[in-house]
Amino acid sequence: MTEEIIIAGFGGQGVLSMGKILATAGMKQGLNVSWFPSYGPEMRGGTSNVTVILSDERISSPVLNEFDTAIILNQPSLDKFESSVKPGGILIYDPHGITRHPERTDIEIYQIEASNKAVESGNMKIFNMFVLGGYLKLKPIVSFDYIEEGLKESLPERHHHLIPANLNAIKIGQEIIKKVR
Amino acid sequence: MGEIRLMMGNEAIAEAAVRAGCDGYFGYPITPQSEVLEYLMAENPYERTGMVVLQAESEVASINMLYGGGAAGKRVMTTSSSPGISLMMEGISYMAGAEIPCLIANVVRGGPGLGTIQPSQSDYFQATKGGGHGDYYLFVLAPSSVQEMSDFVKLGFEIAFKYRNPVMILSDGVIGQVMEKVELFDPIPRRTEEEIIKECPWATTGKTPDRERNIITSLDLDPIRQEKHVMHLKEKYDKMKEDVMWENIKTDDAEYLIVAYGSSARISQKTIDLARAEGIKVGLFRPITLYPFPDKELERLSKQVKGILSVEMSLGQLVEDVRLAVHDRVPVEHYGRVGGSIHTPFQVLNALKEKIVNKY
Repeated sequence: MTEEIIIAGFGGQGVLSMGKILATAGMKQGLNVSWFPSYGPEMRGGTSNVTVILSDERISSPVLNEFDTAIILNQPSLDKFESSVKPGGILIYDPHGITRHPERTDIEIYQIEASNKAVESGNMKIFNMFVLGGYLKLKPIVSFDYIEEGLKESLPERHHHLIPANLNAIKIGQEIIKKVR
Repeated sequence: MGEIRLMMGNEAIAEAAVRAGCDGYFGYPITPQSEVLEYLMAENPYERTGMVVLQAESEVASINMLYGGGAAGKRVMTTSSSPGISLMMEGISYMAGAEIPCLIANVVRGGPGLGTIQPSQSDYFQATKGGGHGDYYLFVLAPSSVQEMSDFVKLGFEIAFKYRNPVMILSDGVIGQVMEKVELFDPIPRRTEEEIIKECPWATTGKTPDRERNIITSLDLDPIRQEKHVMHLKEKYDKMKEDVMWENIKTDDAEYLIVAYGSSARISQKTIDLARAEGIKVGLFRPITLYPFPDKELERLSKQVKGILSVEMSLGQLVEDVRLAVHDRVPVEHYGRVGGSIHTPFQVLNALKEKIVNKY
């Protein structure tokens, strides 16, 4: 099993931390993992992306040009990465602020209204956990227990009281993801 | 089993330094390796082992702090990225001349000049062919994983003291920034003053009545003595071949070969899987030490293949050593993105077909 993922959105949406939680959880579960971020001046206010690989084999390249799953959180990322999903792969996106929706017909497309849900919950910081929940519903590669461990290890200790809220958001995310086609 | 952690390559270098019994780290921030200094500052290893961590006022100051610490027999290191390493070149040449052990990690970014902060492998010549002035070489290790970023700090110190020579870890922005699983080695205590006096009889540890003064310098105005000294250095460089390292991946039945180090070796591994799925029998030769270069091992392997593609993020530097190793008996071509762009596994596959498989 090898799962190659791109997570992309605006800087500040929690793209990198979502990837880190997933990678940490995967490692705790005994998988080989790789987390390779875009780094540089584009990170503040611009687009940010991270390539995450989970595998039970040795991981070769941390740099990829096509993905099993693309998690897309803004329009520029959709424009950039829609074509990079492998045929038969999955594209998950938050329709909030999207003006040109995905057009490919050879991949599975899912929507998750994470922005709206985060506004509703009054806590924008758990936006990325709704998305992670939606992803885990489709690809339950990493078990919930390890996600909790991943959260513990990725979050600084002063934020550990927020773990239940994060876990709850992951559960809700699993419920609100819906298939477009 | 050692402790397992998910770490960035840069963080792994920093943690490994503390565990390897490093006495002093002197550095100056520069992307993409600033996490080394950040990690060490947050970790405060002085509390753990007594290791000194200092942000110097410049790269020039850092390298000269290494000169001082290394001359006293201490395990000292610095890290920087391409423009910062260029600033250090004078100090590095002096340390090679004065035979001072130290560890320098270069997390390479695109150049020339200030260039970009994105990954590149364009400092190969600088690392392996001197870089500073004079007849000298560094022992150069090229990690291709976070695990090796950690392991090579320990190994680097061993090699540096074995040969009394600066050792360079030549990495790049990919391996510095990527997070992977790493198994950390158990901590080695810092050496005591007594151990340093015993293991480094050449070091400036304070003159005792029973021996001559230890003088650490690269200056000797007498050409006869200086020639003798340079020939002594050459003997060391020749002896370094004992410690040459390389890795063969899927080469047993290979009809074609990719030669790549560091991040390009990782990217090329994926290319090899893609190519083999199409029936192209290609293997990977990965030099782990870039100096000494594993030329004999590559030459042996080259006899079974029809063509070699040298893959590196540069205009073609490694490719020169590949050509020298195989004596032009096998066609050797180069492929690589430059200026901070990273080639993808597919781009390498296309280059392999275009430049090698379709031609030879």
